[in-house]
Amino acid sequence: MKHDFFEKNSMVLLIGILIVVSIGGLVEIAPLFLLSSTIEKVQGMRPYSPLELAGRDIYVREGCYNCHSQMIRSLRDEVERYGHYSLAAESMYDHPFQWGSKRTGPDLARVGGKYSDNWHVDHMHDPRSVVPESVMPGYPFLKDRKLDYADIAARMRALRIAGVPYSDDMIEKAQADVVAQVAPDNPDAKALVERYPKAQVRKFDGVAGNEPSELDALIAYLQMLGTLVDFAKFDAAGPNLR
Amino acid sequence: MKATSEEVIALSGATATIVAVLIAAVGVVLALFGHDDVIRLHGLLFLIAAGAAGYYVLSHPREGGPDEQAHYMDGPIKVATVAAVFWGLVGFLVGDIIAWQLAFPALNFDLPWTNFGRLRPVHTSAVIFAFGGNVLLATSLYVVQRTCRARVAGYWAPWFVIWGYQLFIVLAASSYVLGSTEGKEYAEPEWYIDLWLTIVWVVYLLTFLGTIWKRREPHIYVANWFFLAFIVTIAMLHIVNNLAVPVSFLGSKSYSLFSGVQDAMTQWWYGHNAVGFFLTAGFLGIMYYFIPKRVDRPVYSYRLSIVHFWSLIFLYIWAGPHHLHYTALPDWAQTLGMTFSIMLWMPSWGGMINGLMTLSGAWDRLRTDPVVRLLVVSVAFYGMSTFEGPLMSIKSVNSLSHYTDWTIGHVHSGALGWVGMVSFGAIYCLVPWLWKRRGLYSLRLVEWHFWTATVGIVLYISSMWVSGITQGLMWRAYDNLGFLKYSFVETVEAMHWPYVIRATGGLMFLLGAVFMAINVWRTIRGDTSSDIAEQPASAAAPELRHDLAAVPAE
Repeated sequence: MKHDFFEKNSMVLLIGILIVVSIGGLVEIAPLFLLSSTIEKVQGMRPYSPLELAGRDIYVREGCYNCHSQMIRSLRDEVERYGHYSLAAESMYDHPFQWGSKRTGPDLARVGGKYSDNWHVDHMHDPRSVVPESVMPGYPFLKDRKLDYADIAARMRALRIAGVPYSDDMIEKAQADVVAQVAPDNPDAKALVERYPKAQVRKFDGVAGNEPSELDALIAYLQMLGTLVDFAKFDAAGPNLR
Repeated sequence: MKATSEEVIALSGATATIVAVLIAAVGVVLALFGHDDVIRLHGLLFLIAAGAAGYYVLSHPREGGPDEQAHYMDGPIKVATVAAVFWGLVGFLVGDIIAWQLAFPALNFDLPWTNFGRLRPVHTSAVIFAFGGNVLLATSLYVVQRTCRARVAGYWAPWFVIWGYQLFIVLAASSYVLGSTEGKEYAEPEWYIDLWLTIVWVVYLLTFLGTIWKRREPHIYVANWFFLAFIVTIAMLHIVNNLAVPVSFLGSKSYSLFSGVQDAMTQWWYGHNAVGFFLTAGFLGIMYYFIPKRVDRPVYSYRLSIVHFWSLIFLYIWAGPHHLHYTALPDWAQTLGMTFSIMLWMPSWGGMINGLMTLSGAWDRLRTDPVVRLLVVSVAFYGMSTFEGPLMSIKSVNSLSHYTDWTIGHVHSGALGWVGMVSFGAIYCLVPWLWKRRGLYSLRLVEWHFWTATVGIVLYISSMWVSGITQGLMWRAYDNLGFLKYSFVETVEAMHWPYVIRATGGLMFLLGAVFMAINVWRTIRGDTSSDIAEQPASAAAPELRHDLAAVPAE
């Protein structure tokens, strides 16, 4: 066929381009939504609690993904350094995903429980006070800023539209749950843990009172990362043929 | 040339006014009723921009007349050219600042607005979208008019595209600094900024396409194929990857419609093709016009340009999964991505060969004309990066290189070497052509720019090879008892000197761009050129090339 046909008809050229550039994306992306094997069957995954979600929003806001990955590759040294390789299921409620592309700092997919709250408080205030060679910026302002969670229910409703299974009950109690998660003596805390199993309830930033700071939310998020999936019950050779 | 009718003139003025009023109305609503500071500030910016645009439209009514359509429309192109130089300086400067931050973390100042995490998107967006984008706007609108021998379509539309795009840049950059982001690399702007860019982009597509429809040449020139592929594909990528659910239509925050593995695949389908179509196809369009024009030689092979055009755009779109090797992305997708990335080597080098061989019979120009040298060295860097890319997409190589500075070095050999140098070459051609000068203010200053930039790039990419490969090897090193040999932070410590060298290289690249800004400014001002005798005839504006017997079709 003569190429003249494309060169002399702009709409033919345009449609030709559109067809040619559509194929790859369709073949690679569409099946991920259709094949059930894309996301493994695991036990323990749940949506973020309101406080964890607020912490995750701060993580995104500060651009932590520019230096920290949340994706442990299935390589020997990574599994030994960071823990079990990351499963697709572990980020299925992450809008957007935060797998990252660069490790100027270490992977954080399983940082939950690795360090104490105190360590995180010091580290966020001045990273070099606990890791002298670190090149991370300090975030001293997080501790002083009150957490703004006035629209937390609206945020959860938006996520529900995007596919996160927040129940009406969860959204209705969202405001109260933020406070409950930093107040272990709060009678609502027990109901919170029922709604969000394995949610950690305590004042994370070490400051007395039950007014959550931005640092509370961020540490609550960091401390739960990678802790949800029950790997005792996960069968990598099971019905997860990928 | 037929004069534009009264009806069309009235219609275009009315449309422009109505658009300005609508934007101003949206601005007022956001500024008064917005739920957060960022969207209120942006409402105000919309209002100011629309007010200024509306005032200009009303105070400068379109005159029409037979003269209007007889000339090319270069005003918007001049704005985009100057904007490219300006945003280039901003983008390179911010990039160098964050490079120094990695070597000396005290430079983060521990403030929210100055930390690396918020500034890095400012750098990437400023160099890719603000600098690169303005270069593409300027060159594509220049080239499409000349190669179609037709004035650009629309009267206010090209202005809307250029200034609307600058507004997009200001909105995006200010939102990152204030902590408003969608959290996806190179697609950070929030939902309403994405919508704004979509509108600007569709008008850009129509303007470009409309110019092709008006053409007085039977064939559409090869550069325009690449520009068209770039515009259309970027529209597709931008819209799909930015699908999001806003928390409120009066708030800035939104959540990506996709999650986890699907979001990752969509993001890198977008991310890699921002490279493939924004930074490659568009700039190949530049190569196909400016190299032949500057050296007065035809494109080396017409057949090769057809083959490499279609194969390049077909293969590129598949390459995204190589950013996700050994992750939770299913293996079949990783393997597909790797396979197509390796195949992509061939069309890439087809383009390189076509660009380089266009110099056949004019190789001496490399020695005498630093502008040609910028253009040709850019194509050489393109060849090097497009060899390194397929290499790094091989899973076993990627297991070492991924997450390290090797990737950063690779990106910059493409971005500084290819995109940067070809842009500088195009700007040095464009400025005398647009402002009707006999040549540049100083060819010697271009020589200085070339060498500072080149040495800067070499420092940059070699230090990143060293740090990336070092870190990759340290992460996987075992001692003789079978334990991991290095803690993570020991690998961070080892990066210090490479980071200092990298930031020094970046500083040299920035310095070169300062030389360019001075040169461009003085050329526009019309300062007498010190070395005009050494400049080739092709450096002059087409109107001034009296010494040429025959000027090829513009």
